[in-house]
Amino acid sequence: MNYTLDFTPVLDGLPNLLSACLGTFTLAICGMLLAIVIGIGGVILRQSQFKPLRWLVIGFVELIRNTPFLVQIFFIYFALPLAGIRLDPTPTAIIALGINGGAYAIEIIRGGVQSISKGQTEAGLALGLHKAQVFRLIILKPALRTIYPSLTSQFILLTLTTSIASAISAYELTSVSQRIESDSFRSFEVYFTVTAFYLVISWVMMRIFAFFSARYFSYPLR
Amino acid sequence: MGREEFLFLLTGLKWTVALSAVAFVCGCVAGLMVALLRTSGVAIVERLTAGYIAVFQGTPLLMQLFVVYYGLALIGIQMDAWAAVSVGLTLHASAFLGEIWRGSIEAVPRGQTEAAKALGLGYVSRMKDVVLPQAIRISLPATIGFLVQLIKGTSLASIVGFTELTRAGNIISNQIFQPLTVFGIVGALYFLMCCPLTIYGAHLERKFLTASR
Repeated sequence: MNYTLDFTPVLDGLPNLLSACLGTFTLAICGMLLAIVIGIGGVILRQSQFKPLRWLVIGFVELIRNTPFLVQIFFIYFALPLAGIRLDPTPTAIIALGINGGAYAIEIIRGGVQSISKGQTEAGLALGLHKAQVFRLIILKPALRTIYPSLTSQFILLTLTTSIASAISAYELTSVSQRIESDSFRSFEVYFTVTAFYLVISWVMMRIFAFFSARYFSYPLR
Repeated sequence: MGREEFLFLLTGLKWTVALSAVAFVCGCVAGLMVALLRTSGVAIVERLTAGYIAVFQGTPLLMQLFVVYYGLALIGIQMDAWAAVSVGLTLHASAFLGEIWRGSIEAVPRGQTEAAKALGLGYVSRMKDVVLPQAIRISLPATIGFLVQLIKGTSLASIVGFTELTRAGNIISNQIFQPLTVFGIVGALYFLMCCPLTIYGAHLERKFLTASR
């Protein structure tokens, strides 16, 4: 082996890489928020009395879960302009991440909602709460607590998925590292360092989720 | 899109299937090793395998493929994209399957191991004849779920430069300027591969759930 590792290009690019980490966080957090909105909306539609609407949600979930994110992001990237929506790669990536994460969130939240016994809903209605109040206070909050572990590990996955957004050159860690790599040809050094960055990012995400869990879901169970 | 283009996509599909199969089979063998080491009872070995799993679960698959691709070249192993991507996906699969199977090995009631020990069975026979058959049954839905993820993950090989289904789609899309048609078809082909597996996995899960009641 006559190759000497040289990390100078990585050190020179460090400021760029660090600000790209913020780009990755932005993508991940915006994607998560959109995913939660789609997830809760999808669960409400999924419970609708109108059958075609339910099928539509089921079809959407299965379509997203059974195709690769890379194909989805390409499709959305080319489809949005045809629909008359011109967006930069980064917002496009957020939409794609939100749609992808949303499909998984629908399945996870639905599982949580089903775990709330019917008696709870009936008790809420009997106490004179409005249907929306029952959903928000009696079903959604305990359901979110039940599914919190699986939802957050899905969100860690979503954070890691942001690296695929480099395929449409959204602003995040992987695309910036690819630029440094193509300037310096120090491929292994660059990608090795960036992999370590991702490890830190997912660790930080886990700490944040643990913090929220302790803050909002620590009320006693019974 | 003409017949030629569609046939090109099918060639890509062939490579996606081959890549998934190689990565899954090799990943199963390596994953079993990881799972056994992870439950070996030797503290240092368990720690090391836990770290191995954590690294693969905490980094993007795309980065893993890049590091393996360039890392292999660095230590003097010349490989084409196909072999390098297979190695990368195999390592990825070994960590995830190892973690899934660790969970199911631990889910087999302790009494089973104790009974096997009391009967004087050695480690190999205890694992092969008593624990693993039950553990594999428990793990089947999750294993199939991971297989679907792995098939979808092979699409990232296109970024490293290996011509499988997604890259074939990219090439065709650049030729005929109909990205929506091309990626629609590519998506449909992935869907046709993954959906039956997803349905089968859900079916198994339901079956085990009712059986355990």
